[in-house]
Amino acid sequence: MKRTVPLIITFVVGTVLILSVFIPPMENLGENFTLFFDIIAVFAFFLGGGNLVRVHFQKISRKSDDFQFSFVTLIGFFVMLSAGLFKIGNPGDIASSVTADGSLFNTIYQSVFVPLSSTMYALLAFFVASASYRAFRAKNREATWLLIAAFIILLGSTPFGTMLTSWVPESWSIFHIPNLAVWLMSSPNLAGQRAIIIGIGLGVVSISLRLILGLERTYLGDDSA
Amino acid sequence: MKFISILFVFLLSLSVSAQTNDIDSTSIIVDDSLTQKIAPPTSVIVEDFKYDDGDNLNIHWVPSIDDLPQDGKVIRYRIYQSVNNGEEELIDSVNFSVNHKKIEGLDIDSSYAFVVSAVSKNSEAKSNKTISLQPEREWINFNLASLFLIALFITAAVIYFIETARRGKELFVRKIAGLEAVDEAIGRATEMGRPILFIPGIHDMDDVQTLAAITILGKVARQVAEYDTKIRMPVARSLVMTAARETIKTAYQTAGRPDAYNDDMVNYITDEQFGYVAAVDGIMVREKPATIFLLGALFAESLILAETGNSVGAIQIAGTARPAQLPFFIAACDFTLIGEELFAASAYLSGEPKMLGSLKGQDVGKALAMAVIIVGVISITLGEAYDIEFFNNITASLKSFFSVSK
Repeated sequence: MKRTVPLIITFVVGTVLILSVFIPPMENLGENFTLFFDIIAVFAFFLGGGNLVRVHFQKISRKSDDFQFSFVTLIGFFVMLSAGLFKIGNPGDIASSVTADGSLFNTIYQSVFVPLSSTMYALLAFFVASASYRAFRAKNREATWLLIAAFIILLGSTPFGTMLTSWVPESWSIFHIPNLAVWLMSSPNLAGQRAIIIGIGLGVVSISLRLILGLERTYLGDDSA
Repeated sequence: MKFISILFVFLLSLSVSAQTNDIDSTSIIVDDSLTQKIAPPTSVIVEDFKYDDGDNLNIHWVPSIDDLPQDGKVIRYRIYQSVNNGEEELIDSVNFSVNHKKIEGLDIDSSYAFVVSAVSKNSEAKSNKTISLQPEREWINFNLASLFLIALFITAAVIYFIETARRGKELFVRKIAGLEAVDEAIGRATEMGRPILFIPGIHDMDDVQTLAAITILGKVARQVAEYDTKIRMPVARSLVMTAARETIKTAYQTAGRPDAYNDDMVNYITDEQFGYVAAVDGIMVREKPATIFLLGALFAESLILAETGNSVGAIQIAGTARPAQLPFFIAACDFTLIGEELFAASAYLSGEPKMLGSLKGQDVGKALAMAVIIVGVISITLGEAYDIEFFNNITASLKSFFSVSK
């Protein structure tokens, strides 16, 4: 019963949603199911928040390794929760938006959370450099082609790249580095991407059918196919 | 005397325009002698919007002759609607040079007539009223007939191969390096006595990539339970936490070690993208996992996570259906499941014939795509180069069959 009911729900909802694409009177169903999902997800958020608090309280009480970080997490969690829940420092009354300018919630969000997020995102620049260094090492033939392609695309985006091949006559303009870069992106690169996208589409169809037909049950915690 | 009257009218029009800044929302009384008349739009036609639930109509018109791309007098068109032959009401406006509008949110039981007016800086010219039309409901969207046929063909192929496999026929499925390495990766973590980190992406359970990641988790967790290895799974969504716990718990029960399962194997971090990344990076650096699985919907964080994992010396198996993130994984991870391989993983790892049958059905879809691409490339090349009608017709047929318009 614990497994049968979810399987029936999956089959019915999956089939109805596929049909709704082709039957106009049913086309709003997709949006409605998204709303149902959002409502369920809101309730599940209490589970997540509860789990976060429990895990970090445990860490502190057991004085596990690096338990000091748990203090920071819990303080951050409760300060933001209180600021949002009680609308501390909100201009206007309780009915005003929690993210209104001047509210404590918005101030902390803009002055602490946004800079911290940006800092994490900025790390990407350094990681791109280190990953590129490894990926573009000409250790075999494929990697050498990759290196050449990347070099042309990088050069094609700079004024130096334009200048470098400006002497090439207009009738041979395909060999201008910026044009080569555009060709690499719009022909070989796009063709490869489309091949991957077609594969992904077919993969989604295949896994969706396995889920709808009840062949795939691992997501329900059932390992018997 | 004539001069005085003109001056009076001029001052009057100035005072009227001073009272309002919004020319579009206010009626203006204009003296024809002072304004340039504009021609109204003509041939305004209202039509039923095809293949909808009976809540839309389409109107289109021939633009005013004063609607010119440069130095034209028309600045916009106003659309007036009359419901059940009632009073005309302004419902929308569009910019000049636009000659059609989809009217949405209508009632299937009412009839609608429309008037379109051309609006210049100081005048408005209305078209004749259209006929009154009631929107109609269609039960099947024939615009999507080709999509339906393709979906039917692939679905039939998948079901056929599942049934073929069920009857015991052996099916060949090519080796997927990333999945062949799963055993080795788990074994490595066991030998080193270090944990396995499983990242299921940052999307919720409504994303098929997350579902694919959870199905792989089931297979991984079974082996983890058998080898008595430690698994750590920080998640960004509460529902994923619940589903992952259930999956791991079942895997431990199936492996005969329910006592070894602990809810803390899966813990919720935050829904925020970079907050999650910071926490997971911290876990990687502090706990130094031997094996990291990065599977599911991952975005800008993919390279940050993969590079941090690389820096702690973990063996990494990654997979996503986002083509933009694949190069990052290929650069930073040991094995990458490219697109469809992520969705094939659970079937591949299970080794169940009927699951493998679904992969064969998927291959039929790929064969169809390849055949169509080859025929398309040949026909468009020969058609364009030599202007052969036969090939031009093939190109046109393929284009019309594979162009999906809602």
